[in-house]
Amino acid sequence: MIPPAFDYHRPESLDAALKLLGAHGDEARVLAGGHSLIPMMKLRMAEFAHLIDLQAIEDLRDIAVGDTIRIGAMTTQAELLDHAGLAEAAPILSEAAMQIADPQVRYMGTIGGNVANGDPGNDMPGLMQCLDATYTLAGPDGTRDVSARDFYEAAYMTAREDDEILVAISFPRHAPGYAYEKQKRKIGDYATAAAAVLIEAEGGKVKSASVAMTNLSDVPVYSEGAGAALLGTACDAAALDAAVIAMLGDIDPMEDNRGPVAFKQHVAGVILRRAIERAWKRA
Amino acid sequence: MSKMHLKLKVNGQEVETLAEPRELLIHVLREKLDITGPHIGCETSHCGACTVDMDGKSVKSCTVFAAQAQGAQITTIEGIANPEGMHVLQEMFREHHGLQCGFCTPGMITRAWRLLQENPNPTEEEVRFGMSGNLCRCTGYQNIVKAVLAAASEMNSAKEAAE
Ligand SMILES: Cc1cc2nc3c(=O)[nH]c(=O)nc-3n(C[C@H](O)[C@H](O)[C@H](O)COP(=O)(O)OP(=O)(O)OC[C@H]3O[C@@H](n4cnc5c(N)ncnc54)[C@H](O)[C@@H]3O)c2cc1C
Ligand code: FES
Ligand code: FES
Repeated sequence: MIPPAFDYHRPESLDAALKLLGAHGDEARVLAGGHSLIPMMKLRMAEFAHLIDLQAIEDLRDIAVGDTIRIGAMTTQAELLDHAGLAEAAPILSEAAMQIADPQVRYMGTIGGNVANGDPGNDMPGLMQCLDATYTLAGPDGTRDVSARDFYEAAYMTAREDDEILVAISFPRHAPGYAYEKQKRKIGDYATAAAAVLIEAEGGKVKSASVAMTNLSDVPVYSEGAGAALLGTACDAAALDAAVIAMLGDIDPMEDNRGPVAFKQHVAGVILRRAIERAWKRA
Repeated sequence: MSKMHLKLKVNGQEVETLAEPRELLIHVLREKLDITGPHIGCETSHCGACTVDMDGKSVKSCTVFAAQAQGAQITTIEGIANPEGMHVLQEMFREHHGLQCGFCTPGMITRAWRLLQENPNPTEEEVRFGMSGNLCRCTGYQNIVKAVLAAASEMNSAKEAAE
């Protein structure tokens, strides 16, 4: 399993990284934790003449916790889990990060790589859509913000241009009712189905709700309909049924080694129900 | 593509070697530096037999480019034993039969070594979760978990005795 040859670069500033990316065009890729890219290169499903390793760019590791939470792209899953401020301000992030891969992968894999990768199996993109997160991209002409809900176009196709680097992810503090629920075949596996749910309650009723699903389409699925079905309810059986029906209309699973379409739809329903029930209890 | 002049600190010793950036850390360790403790089980990031400690993190060295490790401090199973003899973890793996064929053991112990530094007093569940990146095809894990828990308690008693 030897990947194709490449030239290795380790720039120490974002500017230097952007220049390298600009100079080498689509011959170049950035390397974050490498835990999606290296397996693809070993399988020779991806080949690049230049890899630009972002590990030495300290600015990409900042975490700021205020009314808005901003996380540098090169923050690893292990660092997310270790950060006390984040665990308090955004517990759904820790709950999801704990369910990603295994300890070794979490020491290396970054939040930026997870959301920029565009693999429908990644857990963070759906969560970011649920949180209504914003991605900040830096390019040759400065930075721009893109909503996570507009970022994913198809498997491995995103709104990021080839000469742009994702620098940070930001989202507002989330509602007290939260759950990230994931069905997987074994620890360390990608989701058969996963659901991110946020619920805010007022007077025993749902005041706002946000629902997103993972690995049930070629992109993460923010289900506006599922959230709307819960509004004004007490998350009773009828509301759960309505949310599941709305969600099933938004996903588009494909048959693969995790099972046929009907099975995935079934699992998606079970997982969404569990996520809503848990989020509602906490709301 | 040209080779890189790679400088690493492996088990406390500065080492230098030439490697192509695309070479994987496990290959550099095993083939260039003769450090054959870390094993290659799957070579696809799943089994953890290749686990080494890199700058304080347990990593699967089959999924790290040699170039990424430039300048890093690496500890492998060879660096875990101390001059007086085996590490407590190694002793406990022997005592509790935490291995059968032994193929997964270097990765298991190297991972457990980091886990116990981060969490010196883990519950059984925390050991299972913390070791979940390492597969064993022989033991059924029961005795591995026992060995890690026993090592934690030995290390804690030794620390208390020292204080
Ligand atoms: C055994 C195993 C199990 C796994 N299980 C899961 C799982 O359950 N859930 C899950 O979500 N993931 C899982 N993963 C994937 C893992 O989380 C990856 O680490 C993650 O998908 C990518 O992050 P990375 O930092 O490793 O990125 P890399 O692999 O370095 O990069 C991935 C892609 O994103 C691009 N990229 C990275 N950073 C940036 C940036 N800042 N700007 C622009 N582009 C960028 C790269 O060019 C590349 O195309 C698993 C991986 C393994 C090996
Ligand atoms: S050989 Fe590296 S994880 Fe199996
Ligand atoms: S002892 Fe044989 S694989 Fe673990």
